[in-house]
Amino acid sequence: MRTTRIRLLAGGAVLAIAATACGGSSSGGGGGGGGGASGGTTTGVTSTTISIGSTQPLSGPAAPGYSEIAPAAKAMFAYINSLGGINGRKINYTYVDDGYNPTNTVSQTQKLILNDKVFSIFNALGTPTHQKVIDSLNQQKIPDLFVASGCLCWDNPSQHPMTFGWQVDYTREGKILGDYVKKNFAGKKIAYFAQADDFGTDGVKGLDMEIPTSDVVARATYQPGNINIASQVAKLAKADVIVSFSIPAYTALLKLNLLKARANPQLVVSNVGSDPDTLIGLLEAFAKQGGATVKGSDLIQGIVTDSYMVTQADPSNSWIQLFKKVHDQYAPKLPMDGNVQYGMAAAWTFAEAVAKAGKNLTREDLIKAVESGLSPGFGIVPFAFSSSSHAGYTGAQVGIIQGTTIKLVGQPQTTDDTSGPLTPYTTPQAPAPSGVPTG
Amino acid sequence: MSDAKTPGPDAPETPAGALIAPKTATSSDRFGALSRSTLLRHTLFALVGFGLLLLLIRLLSDYRNTQLAPIALTTCAAAGLTLLVGLSGQISLGNGAFMFVGAYTTALLLEHWHSAHGNLQLIAVFAAAIVVSSLFGGIVGVAGARLRGPYLAGATLALAIGLPQIVNYQHLSDKLGGNNGVVVIAPNPPAGWDIYRWRSVLCCAAAVIVLWFLANVAHSRIGRSLRAVRDDEISASLAGLSVPRLQVLAFVISAGCAGLAGGLLAVVSLVAGPGAFPLALSLGLLAAVVFGGLGSLAGAVYGSIVVTLLPQWSQDVSSALNIHSDKITNNIPLVVYGVVLAVAMLAVPNGVQGALLRLRGLALSRLRR
Repeated sequence: MRTTRIRLLAGGAVLAIAATACGGSSSGGGGGGGGGASGGTTTGVTSTTISIGSTQPLSGPAAPGYSEIAPAAKAMFAYINSLGGINGRKINYTYVDDGYNPTNTVSQTQKLILNDKVFSIFNALGTPTHQKVIDSLNQQKIPDLFVASGCLCWDNPSQHPMTFGWQVDYTREGKILGDYVKKNFAGKKIAYFAQADDFGTDGVKGLDMEIPTSDVVARATYQPGNINIASQVAKLAKADVIVSFSIPAYTALLKLNLLKARANPQLVVSNVGSDPDTLIGLLEAFAKQGGATVKGSDLIQGIVTDSYMVTQADPSNSWIQLFKKVHDQYAPKLPMDGNVQYGMAAAWTFAEAVAKAGKNLTREDLIKAVESGLSPGFGIVPFAFSSSSHAGYTGAQVGIIQGTTIKLVGQPQTTDDTSGPLTPYTTPQAPAPSGVPTG
Repeated sequence: MSDAKTPGPDAPETPAGALIAPKTATSSDRFGALSRSTLLRHTLFALVGFGLLLLLIRLLSDYRNTQLAPIALTTCAAAGLTLLVGLSGQISLGNGAFMFVGAYTTALLLEHWHSAHGNLQLIAVFAAAIVVSSLFGGIVGVAGARLRGPYLAGATLALAIGLPQIVNYQHLSDKLGGNNGVVVIAPNPPAGWDIYRWRSVLCCAAAVIVLWFLANVAHSRIGRSLRAVRDDEISASLAGLSVPRLQVLAFVISAGCAGLAGGLLAVVSLVAGPGAFPLALSLGLLAAVVFGGLGSLAGAVYGSIVVTLLPQWSQDVSSALNIHSDKITNNIPLVVYGVVLAVAMLAVPNGVQGALLRLRGLALSRLRR
């Protein structure tokens, strides 16, 4: 029986050794906890660097389009670092793949915090994914800035004081799109297509505040990852107008399934699901997989959407010029599309928050800096940031896809995420500065 | 023994692969009561092993503890699978599906059963996860007892692929959260415990208990009967054993272990979602069992370490190499994984445990000479 005993012991010992053997490699991203001038936490900050991290869908169902966001943000940080960084510190941005799979988000976020010892989480992408880590980030008091999702759930300062949204939330967006539908497609049969989680639910909540329920003839949802949406489309095909709160892959699937059902309703698509270049690529790729050929750019013309940022339809805008400059210099291989602009714009806002937090950077200072308000940067509407609101952009402007850009129509509008009115926003956008963002 | 003597897969050899080895003459005289009572001996070693693990958990950083916990919970599932495959001679490519059942049982119970008992409640929930997944394993086992070899592999493979998609079935997706899964509300650790260390303790305790339990099962009458069924079903039934009943029992035990692993996974990752139970998980469990040494509990531990750390390690390598193509970066872990397993199978066909035993045999015979 000795062999058994030895095996059992050996098993335990190996478990022990293996776990310790790999224990040597953890090298943090800089200064340990504590020690700032104001007595705050400075993990991940040295006199010359700031380490930040993010989870991103570099693979999986949300990867088409969204996988460009983090490389684009990194390009913007490279540009800012090349100008000397913020307060003498360069921003080191580490992003890891979670495949839009919540289980991976949890383990990858733990790794960023415990192993990479990041100062802050930045622009972590996805509603269902990031919801799984928000509690633990806040318990550990780690800044969780500018989540790349418009879920209302990021704006809860009392419960989640460290978490901030960035883009316009889906309910505000739903209200603005709903208002446009109500005014421009009165009396038409309306249908909703939405992702079956808080992304879709929040969007539909906004739509329902504006569009009379009696006009809505069908409501369908989809599960990300499940690409068969034929049964949903069968329900939706009878409508004249379909409003869709979907990620790009499902906007494309919706359009192709409608095509198959010989239906051609007007599509109204949430900002996150309407990037023209991404849609063209997806439409053509999906059609090819199904053995058909389509011209993607023809299929997206006239889609109604919205934007809270300037768009490339206005190439003379100073922010679009900054976008092009950073793109050409630091990320020439990335496309010039809305996702890339998104990543750069979010990085710009983050850099501004860091600048505003001051020379003796601590986690607490960063939170205070954001709560004291930030300038809109690439945005055409202001941020809501204050100590009582952690929501991002407060509105958007309706746009229509023309060619491969979104042509904005009408005026930017701001609103709240409850029953408040829609207000035209008339303050013109400040031009892009020539240097780095300042506090 | 040498590789040349290794019998084919239909009749797995005993010494290197089995859960128990033949009794050595010397040990029983030396340790008296301890050697006479298998139960006592296993209990003692389990306690010592758990003590060492507690020490290890104390020493490791939080991050290393987040790696230790998955190793320990994978050990639970792999040990259960090694009993099924190594001892009863059945194959399962679908033990990830039993983990899925355990994880959702845990998540749903924690969601709907509010109790102030915290970690006591958690133990009850894990017990429930074991029961539910065992029942499910029993059903699969009944079907499995009628199938042999590749047909059983095919059926369990279909289970691993198909079952997690049940969350998208429209009448269940509200309850099961669809592809986004169910958020797990785990009780707080006892006062003074760091959350990551506490999760490691839970997983390691479970692994030790599972190993202790399976070592005893393997030494019992059930273990001997299972080996008889594995080696020759006809002679086993001639000897009065109920072959189908034993085969179903092996599935029940194996599924129970996987269910516990699934419950632990849900608590460690704070979410039960179908994305946590891909086919790769089931295949990884089988790879762990084969890599460690078919039928060996210690082998299940080695195998779990490898299949848990190797993908993480290869991912680190691919990101350190700074390859800018996501298509390459995403696939490097799979390639490394495959290469290591292929090399291991060529170099040590009896698994790590087989190789270790062989080395020990060589060393002993050298000494005796």
